[in-house]
Amino acid sequence: MLLIHCPYCEQDLPELEFAYGGEAHIARPADPSALTDEEWRDYLFIRSNPRGVHFERWRHVHGCARFFNAVRETVGDKFLMTYKTGEPRPSEEEVEARLKELSA
Amino acid sequence: MSTFRVAGRGRIDRSRPIRFTFDGRTVQGYEGDTVASALLANGTHLMGRSFKYHRPRGAVTAGSDEPNALVGTRRGPGRFEPNTRATMQEIYEGLRTESQNRWPSLGFDVGGVNDRFYMLFSAGFYYKTFMWPRSFWDKVYEPVIRAAAGLGKPPTEPDPDRYASRFLHCDVLVIGAGPAGLAAALTAGRSGAKVVLVDEQSEMGGSLLSEPSVEIEGQPAWDWIAATMAELASMDNVRLMNRTTAIGYYHQNMVGLCQKLTDHLPVPPEGAPRERMWKVRAGEVVLAQGALERPLVFDGNDRPGVMLAGAAQTYLNRFGVLVGRRAVVVTSHDSAWYAAFDLADAGCKVAAIVDTRAEVMSALREQARVRGIEVLPSHTVTGTAGRLRVKSVRVNPVVNGKVGAARSLDCEALLMSGGWTPSLHLFSHTKGSLHWDEEAEAFLPGRKTEACRIAGAGRGLWGIGKALEDGAKAGAAAARALGHEAEAKSLAVANDREGRGVTHKELPTDRDPGRARAFIDFQNDVTAKDIRLAVREGMRSIEHVKRYTTNGMATDQGKMSNMNGLAIAADAVGKAPPQVGLTTFRPPYTPTTFGAFAGYHRGSHFEVTRKTPIDSWAEEHGAVYEPVSLWRRARYFPRGNEDMRAAVARECRMTRASVGIFDASTLGKIEVAGPDAVEFMNRMYTNPWTKLAAGRCRYGLLLGEDGYIRDDGVIGRLSNDRFHVTTTTGGAARVLGMMEDYLQTEWPDLRVWVTSTTEQWATIALNGPNARNLLAPFVEGQDMSDEAFPHMSVAECTVAGFPARLFRMSFTGELGFEINVPARHGRALWEKLWEAGQEYDICPYGTETMHVLRAEKGYIIVGQDTDGTVTPDDAGFGWAVGRKKPDFVGKRSLTRPDIVAPGRKQLVGLLTDEPDVVLEEGAQIVADPDQPKPMTMLGHVTSSYWSETLGRSIALALVAGGHGREGETLHVPMPDRTITAKVTGTVFFDPENTRIKL
Repeated sequence: MLLIHCPYCEQDLPELEFAYGGEAHIARPADPSALTDEEWRDYLFIRSNPRGVHFERWRHVHGCARFFNAVRETVGDKFLMTYKTGEPRPSEEEVEARLKELSA
Repeated sequence: MSTFRVAGRGRIDRSRPIRFTFDGRTVQGYEGDTVASALLANGTHLMGRSFKYHRPRGAVTAGSDEPNALVGTRRGPGRFEPNTRATMQEIYEGLRTESQNRWPSLGFDVGGVNDRFYMLFSAGFYYKTFMWPRSFWDKVYEPVIRAAAGLGKPPTEPDPDRYASRFLHCDVLVIGAGPAGLAAALTAGRSGAKVVLVDEQSEMGGSLLSEPSVEIEGQPAWDWIAATMAELASMDNVRLMNRTTAIGYYHQNMVGLCQKLTDHLPVPPEGAPRERMWKVRAGEVVLAQGALERPLVFDGNDRPGVMLAGAAQTYLNRFGVLVGRRAVVVTSHDSAWYAAFDLADAGCKVAAIVDTRAEVMSALREQARVRGIEVLPSHTVTGTAGRLRVKSVRVNPVVNGKVGAARSLDCEALLMSGGWTPSLHLFSHTKGSLHWDEEAEAFLPGRKTEACRIAGAGRGLWGIGKALEDGAKAGAAAARALGHEAEAKSLAVANDREGRGVTHKELPTDRDPGRARAFIDFQNDVTAKDIRLAVREGMRSIEHVKRYTTNGMATDQGKMSNMNGLAIAADAVGKAPPQVGLTTFRPPYTPTTFGAFAGYHRGSHFEVTRKTPIDSWAEEHGAVYEPVSLWRRARYFPRGNEDMRAAVARECRMTRASVGIFDASTLGKIEVAGPDAVEFMNRMYTNPWTKLAAGRCRYGLLLGEDGYIRDDGVIGRLSNDRFHVTTTTGGAARVLGMMEDYLQTEWPDLRVWVTSTTEQWATIALNGPNARNLLAPFVEGQDMSDEAFPHMSVAECTVAGFPARLFRMSFTGELGFEINVPARHGRALWEKLWEAGQEYDICPYGTETMHVLRAEKGYIIVGQDTDGTVTPDDAGFGWAVGRKKPDFVGKRSLTRPDIVAPGRKQLVGLLTDEPDVVLEEGAQIVADPDQPKPMTMLGHVTSSYWSETLGRSIALALVAGGHGREGETLHVPMPDRTITAKVTGTVFFDPENTRIKL
């Protein structure tokens, strides 16, 4: 069972308290009606599904109930970092640095 | 019966004899014995029959890696456990054990005939033999093979035992209490770190328990164990757990431990749990699991009496049992020489040490010579004889790769050693990498993914001294990593037994290897020939070889078989072992009871049961319940001898005739409040909300962004900035989560707060022509006239003196009200209405009647009449979509090409041609019942009931192009007949809605 850091509660808490919420940084289009069918399809269904670093949403559903974002390495299933909704996506350098730190 | 107990040897307590039974026969042992050691002490090697060939088998190990000696253990009703390893089960007075997989008896087993026909049961036999005639598989071959195969029989009664679970946090978790583990725990414990030391055995000490002649710090090994255990026990920061198996190593240093608490006790304490599952989160883990001895692969290596040399040494030194009076040793590793010496010194005639190697340390040869043991270097074993026990072994010299002439050596026991395999199961659970060490000819731990250290034999170090040193270092390093000051103290070791060896694939033979019964996986009856056959038949990946042959897939998880299987597969493929690779080890390390995993979560504790405030009234009035998500809901209220159909018919009649009362408290309720509440509702639900006046309510439809119906419910506007939203019973949490998602992540600018109020309100529905007559006298603060309180109104008022949110709405098609009062008043209000309702012949009804009444009106149940692929138009709810709104969740999808395409499944009514026939929900619908199979299915029945109101059956169905099929006759093929039905609209009763009016 993973320990996940809730950026709102500022605590490492067991996975049981959290729920996965799909890929992160996919904003709902401001005006869906302006989108072509293909663009809307991409928003609805097309996800990156990478082997490796994945930006994803989690919710501390049995705690503060807040949604937040996380960077997880999907091969080793390790959380690299978590951050609050609305905060910028960590840069590649930040993610690389964290990966190095964890594998050391 | 002769005894093989050796005076003065072993750690058993001879002052405490214990009697137990094996296949009904009384056997005597001593406290400290396992079932296997006690049987061996009485000269019994034959303990079971093998899985496939029913070959006679005996204990081959003395530990948890035992593949053969599996027994059923029994203590009273319900307490039967199959496949218990006799080498691990401690004996206690009154224990009953039985051998498995034999009939009529262990000595004479009819199933043993399988062994004669072993050619039929080769690797993948179920894909190849017994194929013809085709019809024989289901009726003849499979039942017969299944009856003959398998290990123990599962217990048939519910398990009466209790199982516990606990969480534990510690600094250093040390797994394995052999020399490395003890040294690690001692070093870390002295540093002040919080240490947990676990070992699967009944007592700690590991290999030291089998090596009493070693001296540590000038003390005999056993005295050192005692002193060490005493020191560890005296430390408050150290927890010692024996009979505890680390079953799995999970993320972030979480380790699962299964602790056996009562299986060794003659009378378990009242109420004591049988096992306890620990979920340990450790700062650092030290894996000190040691190494497992590998068997050699030769014809007849599975006969009772053939066992690992280290096991024979353990039986002698730990249990005081000689496994035979005349033994032959066959080995490729020095360790077996020491076993031979120990046995010889205890009075066993060791006829010969057969070593596959040409060169052996001269010190070992000298010790053999002193004991008069014949040494046969550069020799191989090519067969054994003996039906239920080994009687002789066939040995041959090997010169320049050529196998010479055989000679036969008589023996009661054949002790084998093919070297040692570091036990890296737990390390593998962490996805730590393994690298092949040429010198050790073994996989050793490589890159780590967790904060763990491997100490001792687990990383290929051999000898007590090295294990102690390595363990102390690992314990110190682990403690230091957590900020403690620790020092690895070195320990002086004398009489250490260091050694080395080589590994083999099958031993060379002068006989036809195709006829050799040379076993690799003893439990699954996989032979060397099977592995080679699998490779010949095209299996190249070790994972395929494993699955095709089932090598390593038995309950011992390949502890003995994996490396031999790999060596032979690699040879057959023509690659080096590291290129072929090892199969993946998975938890649990040893078989673990379901009880331990389930813990407290069984029976009524398996899942919570949610009950409404009115539940107790329903129980007192004989309600029959059904589960609805986590709730238990009254399904119907039978009177007298009524069955469900009769009760539901009466409840429907009485409700439509006068008034029915229904507990709707399980409906999800969400309070949506804030200055932007209307805007939020407009964006979430399909319906327009801006023009809905305070005091009015509306049926709301919620979609996903994909345009499919997710939930529905009646929503009341209490004031300009406050809505009382109701959801389906099962959808409450999901809808709240969806609202929170949009509010938190998409529209954080909206000033809206959403709160679950499901359990704050008790909800009572009154339906029927007399609903208002019954209710009105209780209402204060709201004019109940049709003009002041028309259909689809909501008001805050008092009912029977209780503060209430009163809805006028209907889910039955009758004049209806739903009264929400604070949950604590729910039952009181219900009883007042019940009492006053007697005048109107009031009828309590349950969910079944609710379903029938709503279906008669064509009201859908989301999740029953919809399945996540139904749009508002498909369901005939286009009217509920505010198409003029610029946007709402799912709106864009309603114009996606697939969603506007013709031929979608749409909700329709179905009336069977025979009115008495009630269709089965889920039944498939076709246009032409005479078409060839597989038929083109148009859809399925979603709801189907006997309608008492209409005196006939009714059904709802999702049918392709359904809205254009009204009047068509469709067919519902069932196993016994085909039912015909006409497509209709979805409203079967009162289509003009006259009955909801006053």
